[in-house]
Amino acid sequence: MGETTEFAVRMHHVTKTFGKVVANKDVDLELRDGEILALLGENGSGKTTLMNMLSGIYFPDHGEIDVHGKQVTIRSPRDAFELGIGMIHQHFKLVEVLTAAENIVLGLDGKATVNRKEINQKVRDLASRYGFELDPAKKVYNMAVSEKQTVEILKVLYRGADILILDEPTAVLTPQETEKLFAVLRNMKKDGKSIIIITHKLNEVMAISDRVAILRKGEYIGVVDTDKTNQAQLTEMMVGRPISLAIDRPKVEERPERLQVIGLTCLNGDGVKALDNVSFSAYGGEILGVAGIAGSGQRELCEAIAGLYPTIGGSVLYTGEHEGEPIKERILGLRPDEIVKKGISMAFVPEDRLGMGLVAGMDMTDNVMLRSYKNKKGIFVDRKAPKVLAEQLIEELEIVTPGVETPVGRLSGGNVQKVLLGREIALSPSVLIVAYPVRGLDINSSYRIYELLNEQKKKGVAVIFIGEDLDVLMELSDRIMVLCGGKVSGIVDPKEVTKEDIGLMMIHVEDDKLAKDEPEGNKTAKKEGVES
Amino acid sequence: MLSTLNSLFIAAVLAGTPLLLGALGEILTEKSGNLNLGVEGMMFMGAITGLAGSYYYEQAVTKGGGTPSGAVSALIALLVSFIAGSFGALIYSFLTISLRANQNVTGLTLTIFGTGFGNFFGEYIGLKAGGYVTVSGITKDAFSRLHIPVLSDIPVIGKLLFQYNWLVYFAIILAVVMTWFFNKSRVGLNLRAIGEDPATADAAGINITKYKYIATVVGGGICGIGGMYMSMVTTKGVWVHGCVSGYGWLAVALVIFATWSPARGILVALVFGGLTIMRMYVKIPGLPAQIYDMAPYVATIIVLVVTSMRQSKEHAQPKSCGLNYFREER
Amino acid sequence: MSKAHVQAKEPLIRMVKRGTISQEKAWGIRAIAFVLSLITGGLLILVLGHNPLEVYKAMVIGAWGSRTVIHETVKLAVPLLITAIGISFAFKMKFWNIGAEGQILVGAVAAGAFGLFTAHIFPKLPLVVLMMLAGMVAGGLYGLLPAVCKAKWGTNETLFTLMLNYIALAFIKYLMNGPWKAPGSSFPKIAMLVPGARLTKVLGVHWGWILALVLVVVSWIYFNKTKQGYEIAVVGESNNTARYAGINVSKVFRRTMFLSGALCGLVGMLQFAGADYTITEGTAGGVGFTAITVAWLAKMNPYGMLIVSVFIAMLERGSNTIQTNFKIPASASDLLIGIILFFMLGCEFFITYRLIFRGKEEHHA
Repeated sequence: MGETTEFAVRMHHVTKTFGKVVANKDVDLELRDGEILALLGENGSGKTTLMNMLSGIYFPDHGEIDVHGKQVTIRSPRDAFELGIGMIHQHFKLVEVLTAAENIVLGLDGKATVNRKEINQKVRDLASRYGFELDPAKKVYNMAVSEKQTVEILKVLYRGADILILDEPTAVLTPQETEKLFAVLRNMKKDGKSIIIITHKLNEVMAISDRVAILRKGEYIGVVDTDKTNQAQLTEMMVGRPISLAIDRPKVEERPERLQVIGLTCLNGDGVKALDNVSFSAYGGEILGVAGIAGSGQRELCEAIAGLYPTIGGSVLYTGEHEGEPIKERILGLRPDEIVKKGISMAFVPEDRLGMGLVAGMDMTDNVMLRSYKNKKGIFVDRKAPKVLAEQLIEELEIVTPGVETPVGRLSGGNVQKVLLGREIALSPSVLIVAYPVRGLDINSSYRIYELLNEQKKKGVAVIFIGEDLDVLMELSDRIMVLCGGKVSGIVDPKEVTKEDIGLMMIHVEDDKLAKDEPEGNKTAKKEGVES
Repeated sequence: MLSTLNSLFIAAVLAGTPLLLGALGEILTEKSGNLNLGVEGMMFMGAITGLAGSYYYEQAVTKGGGTPSGAVSALIALLVSFIAGSFGALIYSFLTISLRANQNVTGLTLTIFGTGFGNFFGEYIGLKAGGYVTVSGITKDAFSRLHIPVLSDIPVIGKLLFQYNWLVYFAIILAVVMTWFFNKSRVGLNLRAIGEDPATADAAGINITKYKYIATVVGGGICGIGGMYMSMVTTKGVWVHGCVSGYGWLAVALVIFATWSPARGILVALVFGGLTIMRMYVKIPGLPAQIYDMAPYVATIIVLVVTSMRQSKEHAQPKSCGLNYFREER
Repeated sequence: MSKAHVQAKEPLIRMVKRGTISQEKAWGIRAIAFVLSLITGGLLILVLGHNPLEVYKAMVIGAWGSRTVIHETVKLAVPLLITAIGISFAFKMKFWNIGAEGQILVGAVAAGAFGLFTAHIFPKLPLVVLMMLAGMVAGGLYGLLPAVCKAKWGTNETLFTLMLNYIALAFIKYLMNGPWKAPGSSFPKIAMLVPGARLTKVLGVHWGWILALVLVVVSWIYFNKTKQGYEIAVVGESNNTARYAGINVSKVFRRTMFLSGALCGLVGMLQFAGADYTITEGTAGGVGFTAITVAWLAKMNPYGMLIVSVFIAMLERGSNTIQTNFKIPASASDLLIGIILFFMLGCEFFITYRLIFRGKEEHHA
């Protein structure tokens, strides 16, 4: 008995499937009392699914879970909470129209009425104990991301949880905020809490955890003590083999200017500037990486250029060729079909693959013709050519699917992305915008995507690559534009700066620095913009 | 002029009450994230069962040689109509919450079913009763206007405020209680959270299924009472084929007018009730009665368009309304 | 409760999404649901003191037993089918048009404007064409209005289209009482269409039934083979994807709702010129609502709608018979349609999901 009680949580042979997809296969996991355990794995390795079974969101198909040495059944989040398990999800689970304090007491037993004064005071006390700053009466929809995270953590602590699970808590934070969070976590550990932190960032694993458990493709690989390991070993355990992170960066000599963006400005739903005077140029034969913390205006930038997001200022000038003739067109404010009508071939792989790039309920043929069905004259659609193209894509990109008739929504993430990117490349674009193209993909698929992007670059396509992994951005891109709060904090050559430099730019804009970092092409662009 | 306004006000209150009840039921339902378009059907179900309940109670007592009591008869009507509305809502809940059917279509089906249910049994009981169903004077009295000592005798005010049938006060009290419930009670807070963001409420340990079922079923019951008002007060205890005729749909529209606030619902129901009967009190020369009849519907459309033009975060439909929640969806 | 000793390790019932299900099995589940709904309806009949089998039999005979009743049944099926096709245009793009009643009524009124007042000017053929066009344009415009508001401001179309029903109804009452009141009638009603302008009968029923069959084929082709049909499908799945694909969502909304309303308006014209020869409050008679269930049951497939609308017409016609024969009110058909639809809605769950009971774990490869 003595042996089992020192574990806060033990999971045995846990398996979870979704339809034909095996998310977790026979996983074992142990969390000791009062430790910080990092749960490491690539995107899609089943980390979140595993933790969701601990927090009662999913129920395992097979396997057993012990909490504090007792076998338990966790049917619902309520069961989890009664066992002292609290999870802070990656996507915040907060009710927007309620206040911080209301969110914190949500679902708790207690008096029939809610005394707002009392709960506000309680929350204020709890917050100050751990050094958080928070206005309990503030509505969540008025909050910044880090504030929302604070509410989430307080929510779990308020419930007296002694086992905390944090799902990629740093993804939305600046390095400074991350440091603050880690300090709080260390405080909690001192307080006797047991913590699991899900992440795929190795430096954070090294900084915060006592032990590291690794998952790969839904399977449990092993656990190691943090002070007895190093990043190379962890990487190997995570991806299965030592990988040469070396991503190809071919050099293309001819780099004609394709896209000239000047002073692009737009508002988000709340009337705040999502893009603020963004100017840059994209050249054929190069990959322009775009870095920034999540929500710094990346989505708006892509969609504004593609004609899907309303803007309040600026211009986008396209230079290229159409049927042998050189063309120059202002495309801002045009709908996607109007841009196509101007003879401009611009491809866009949006972040939301099944919600914007593809139709989940339609088969591959119908999805492949999404962008080209208008090309044929007459009132009928032609499904013959798209079907041939779909079959071609399956073969060339090794898409795993039962057939062209299967709805794309049923395919796995990597295959969905291949369908999407394959279709866009088949348009033979001169500008290719890709947003987070490897999110949720395994390492092999990711590399295949990088290859495809490089192929396009070699063909003279101007590639704009919105990424989140700085290592990848720095190896793949020819130039990196860094966004911070909707502004461009600089455009740099990745060979001349360090990752830390970029990290700093992600959280800070120096207005006078702006002009200095701009390459030659962009300055002239500005002049032209003024003249016209 | 003043007396016309007074009687218009009184008539508006009487016409607005079933709308208020229907709207209150639907507000409760929508707060849980269920958009039940079956209000019309549930009102029909409440209308016929309420009437039938009183009718059979009277028959039974009279047969036994006794004298039926008005209060008991009214209570039976209340109870039975609530149960009937709840039953309709239970079918809806089972299909949408447990079997994940489309809320729009299920609600419409409930309306078809409920309308058929009401008219079918209305006619059937009528046939059995040898022509048409009607309750006796005792029950009719129980649903006619009250005389509250002192208050009812106050000049003007007494007539304007304290001489309605008991269902009017029932509806207003219900609206006040519901306002308190949503804003001050813990259960109400939980319910609002479910309607806004079920995944979050779920993660907070709230039993979504239980809340949704209870809110929808009770909401349906309240709609049923609204239907009973139509058969017992509006048509004075006689079954009239198709008696709910659109009031259920107006109640759904009223929810939007009231911006999901029960307290505001009282005011809006008064305005709507006024619009439905105004032509009998305020004549506009040259305007035919039938065109006048369009007023509440035209007003609904105008409000629909205006509210959609200016979007507000808080005074809006609960965000998850119309969408079913599946915890394991992926 | 003998299983109480089994440790509560998993919930009593869990559901798991099926990977795929064969068409036969899916239809099998639907057939079971259908039979169950008939049994439920039968129980109700039993409670009322009748033999369900006899009542059902009477319904079938009442709908198909003689040439006359067959004509009646077909006459009921035609408006149902065309309206269902019209509604499915809107429903395919998840535009909840429940305003078919109103669109039918304005279609009838527009057709009536020509039929009642210009019958002495035009010969039959141009008059019929005029009535058709007028009915379709009126219905189309009546459907267009909520689509414009939805496209512009996201106005809730369900309530909007519904309110338009009542407005159309009030308008017809106005015409009956006022400007269109039949001369010499003490009762508020609209005059009859002169016999010379009425739709020609083919095999005993006005030619609307041929038109309906043609529309089944045409709409199937429209949905499955044309660019516009493809656009409707994309818009229905995701507005975002549609915008991304360069589809003008607002235009598709407007165009499709115009077509949807136009088909319903056509029904109004057919009812006026082919079936009733006049316009009353009952011209639409709930067809607009019943057609929604037809479209849904048929999963928006026009061929399916043909079968379902004929079936429902049979129920409606048959319930008239049981009213005379068994003194069961004709509203029974609404009740029965409701019950059938409840079961059909519910059974879809069992096609998508599989239930696993505690301790009865199935092992799948």
